[in-house]
Amino acid sequence: MYPRAFHYHRAGSLEEASAMLSEFGDEAKLLAGGQSLIPLMKLRYANPNHLVDLNFISGTSYIKEESGTVRFGALTRHAEIEHSTVAAKLPIIHDCAAGIADVQVRNRGTIGGSLAEADPSGDWATVLMTLETEVRCQKSKGDRRVRLADFIKDAYTTALAHDELVSEVVVRIPPHGSGGAYLAFKRSAPVYPTASAAVQLTMDGEVCKDVAIALGCVGLTTIKAKDAEKALRGQPVTQKTMATAVEAARAVAEPQSDMRGSADYKRTLVGSLVNRAIDIAVRRARGEQIEAGHIYA
Amino acid sequence: MPDVIQKVAIKLSVNGKPHSLTIEPRMLLVELIREVLDLTGTHVGCDTTYCGACTVLMNGAAVKSCTVFAVQADGAQIMTVEGLEKDGQLHPIQKAFGDARGLQCGYCTPGLMLSTAQLLSQNKEPSEREMRKAIAGNTCRCTGYQNILKAIQMAAQSMKGA
Repeated sequence: MYPRAFHYHRAGSLEEASAMLSEFGDEAKLLAGGQSLIPLMKLRYANPNHLVDLNFISGTSYIKEESGTVRFGALTRHAEIEHSTVAAKLPIIHDCAAGIADVQVRNRGTIGGSLAEADPSGDWATVLMTLETEVRCQKSKGDRRVRLADFIKDAYTTALAHDELVSEVVVRIPPHGSGGAYLAFKRSAPVYPTASAAVQLTMDGEVCKDVAIALGCVGLTTIKAKDAEKALRGQPVTQKTMATAVEAARAVAEPQSDMRGSADYKRTLVGSLVNRAIDIAVRRARGEQIEAGHIYA
Repeated sequence: MPDVIQKVAIKLSVNGKPHSLTIEPRMLLVELIREVLDLTGTHVGCDTTYCGACTVLMNGAAVKSCTVFAVQADGAQIMTVEGLEKDGQLHPIQKAFGDARGLQCGYCTPGLMLSTAQLLSQNKEPSEREMRKAIAGNTCRCTGYQNILKAIQMAAQSMKGA
């Protein structure tokens, strides 16, 4: 399948890419990993007149630990995050990076591209919503930092201006005694999950000091399950408090029936994912090594 | 649509052989490999980034060549299934897929062998779980996965000393 013909531009810097976006306006699209955009162009759902390729800009792919944060260059591939030692210190980030689609897609797809696309079924936004995350948005002159919660506006809609692009994703490393887990259920490796749940919490003995719970694929954007968080925050994590949190998460989900499953099925699924993710997060906070991530046949 | 069809000059190496080509930017890497270079061992299966039949190595990393523009491979080293054999000798991965009957119709085989090549270049002794994860992006519509896993294990064994 051929996409429609377009003009190809190879940006030499992020600033130059932004200048190209100003020049070409709505006719332009940015090409990062291309694992969503190229299929859309082949099906001719996306028909940009100008394609600005970011892949030849040096210094845009990195993972750096710096003053209590981890900084990911926008063009850092999922596979690089999967295999990095810095990200391995944040198990929830490893859960996500190691299970997105398949090896081939992880070798190309980027963290910045995933956030900028804001697909409701994407993995990164759901995971990073449970951490203190800022997205650095670059223009041809200057940049700004936007909290992830303010960055994602709606399905496929972000706070990016038409001449702005993601340059970096900055994640604050959680305090000692924290643990997190991301669980995503999908029917096979290459497809988007049917539902997903991210839980990041900080324990003080048996008591949950702080917690963030986010649900993916069951709404137009990632859903922050605030009542579920409330059920655990300041409480001992017991079967009873967990059950209350799971019920609150189920209640706040807004799933739609589609080829991946009925709305009822997805609501049930997301509840059980939250339950398991809380359990794994608590055990990881205690220092246990447990594998988690994408679940598929 | 642009009024003038743009052409872009690129240089890349395919199976160690350098090529200088002028192409339309919308040309996909798999089309360059199959239609321009006549290397038809790389297959097109679903053409929708699902099945992995078009998997090739780009600078050592497995990619779905139906989901990369050829222009993005400018300066890259590409390896296709034709690049596995050396001097008329089958690569240990090719030999293992034959010996273990790791194929039925064979359509997915080139892609599977290149995914195996990436796996074994990074991990000399993969566990069964690691093997399954490494080929999760390659669909065998004949569902012959058991023998494929045996083939990967055989290839790993025979490449261990290498």
